[in-house]
Amino acid sequence: MSDLRKVSSSPHIRDKATSSNIMRDVAIALLPAAVFGVVHFGMNALIVLLVTVAVCVATEYIYEKLMHKPVTVGDFSAVVTGLLLGMNLPCSAPWWMAALGSVFAILVVKQLFGGLGQNFMNPALGGRCFLMISFAGRMTNYAYDTFTGATPLAVLREGESAGVDVLQMVIGNTAGMIGETSVIAILIGAAYLLWRGVIDLRIPGTYLVTFAVFMLLFGGHGFDGTYLAAQLAGGGLMLGAWFMATDYVTSPITPAGQIVYGVILGILTGIFRCFGASPEGVSYAIIFSNLLVPLIERFTIPMAFGKVKVKGGNRS
Amino acid sequence: MNSAGERLYNGIIKENPTFVMMLGMCPTLAVTTSAMNGLGMGLTTMVILALSNLIISMLRKVIPDDVRVPAFIVIVASFVTIVQFLLQAYIPTLNESLGLYIPLIVVNCIILGRAEAYASKNPMIASLFDGIGMGLGFTIGLTSIGLVRELIGSGKIFGAAVLPASYEPVSIFVMAPGAFFVLALLTGLQNKVKLNLAKKGKDVSKIQSGCNADCASCGAKCGNAKE
Repeated sequence: MSDLRKVSSSPHIRDKATSSNIMRDVAIALLPAAVFGVVHFGMNALIVLLVTVAVCVATEYIYEKLMHKPVTVGDFSAVVTGLLLGMNLPCSAPWWMAALGSVFAILVVKQLFGGLGQNFMNPALGGRCFLMISFAGRMTNYAYDTFTGATPLAVLREGESAGVDVLQMVIGNTAGMIGETSVIAILIGAAYLLWRGVIDLRIPGTYLVTFAVFMLLFGGHGFDGTYLAAQLAGGGLMLGAWFMATDYVTSPITPAGQIVYGVILGILTGIFRCFGASPEGVSYAIIFSNLLVPLIERFTIPMAFGKVKVKGGNRS
Repeated sequence: MNSAGERLYNGIIKENPTFVMMLGMCPTLAVTTSAMNGLGMGLTTMVILALSNLIISMLRKVIPDDVRVPAFIVIVASFVTIVQFLLQAYIPTLNESLGLYIPLIVVNCIILGRAEAYASKNPMIASLFDGIGMGLGFTIGLTSIGLVRELIGSGKIFGAAVLPASYEPVSIFVMAPGAFFVLALLTGLQNKVKLNLAKKGKDVSKIQSGCNADCASCGAKCGNAKE
């Protein structure tokens, strides 16, 4: 009975979730889409994925060793960054480009700002946009096997929605980045994350709904079901909405903030896709919204338990 | 403290306008897409800075305190106009590549800053050398940023290809984000070097003179005292 007298300071209720558990779940959830990408695009896709994961982990390890910091390679976050970056590259990417993007993602976007939890921008997307700006030609070269066509989004941009096959897009049998083509594989991973409680529907749900409404209003195709479905299934929207917009570090932690964040993402993606220079804009929308997160959190702080709302704001 | 050599050292190393004082960031980030542009911008600024420092120092007792900033700007703007005419006449290519940033030298904070902080309080020769030192520091800063950006971003140095043709330029470095990357990197590097030198200096003096690096308790006048 002596145990009863022991008093410890808060917190008294602990959760089993740790960063490594969560990151491992995300890595597992990414596997279906990654495996599909390798099967669909062939060996070079596998090489790109292996290079990004290996270089991300190695960069993190070397930097932390050199800076005499605790080595955090074991928490799987570098693996997830590498996997996401690889899935955001075309299968025609040469290995040195994948490696350069990985070094930039881990070193500049993540470690220079203080490591996991301190980065202001999704490292994988930071690395992708770095490559996108530097090697625009290589990053939009979607040729694989004997196929050299345009992505469904580029076809949509050219003209009518009749040019795309939505069923093939949902299965993933189209041109695109390694991990983004198959909606089914991504949704299987997303369902796993939802079941494990790693993510909830607030961010991806509001993101996708806002985007759909935006495309209905401004897409220029009215209530064209095929067009809308193709826009939702095409490009990196699914991968971005379920895996990258929900990144814990770079998304708001307040429930109301998450909804605001999702709405901003949807509107920005719609603007970039409808009026931007390139047919795709998910990655720019997400990193831009990442920058707004501190501001969003500041204005959506929930009322602490037991406090009473003071009329006319909280003046102290 | 007002000797010519000390002023030059101060401008180039101790208070380098680019890497230490972070002044004149607008031209620093915008025109350093190549080493040549950086060098041209730096030298143009140096000429204007030295001459305007000289004139402002000459007139420092004539200019009333209340209207000193407009007076400085008139002097600086006159020199900018003269220099721009000279550039248009003799180096038209540089004039074209620097474009709008030459007239903008008028509002460069290095020039107004030196006029306000130094030239308006100090004698002529010291002010002239202050301008030359600061201008050289600015030139070195801009040229080194331009050098790195040009090398990575297009594989060239001063327009001559130095890297093999198989090198694929990382073109983000000649765009706006690259300017920020390189500026931050070089500033970090020179801070690191200075920090190491400062540490070394302290250690050496400890061994030689038995200094315990505790300046508050030590009455001796030495060069190592923290200001």
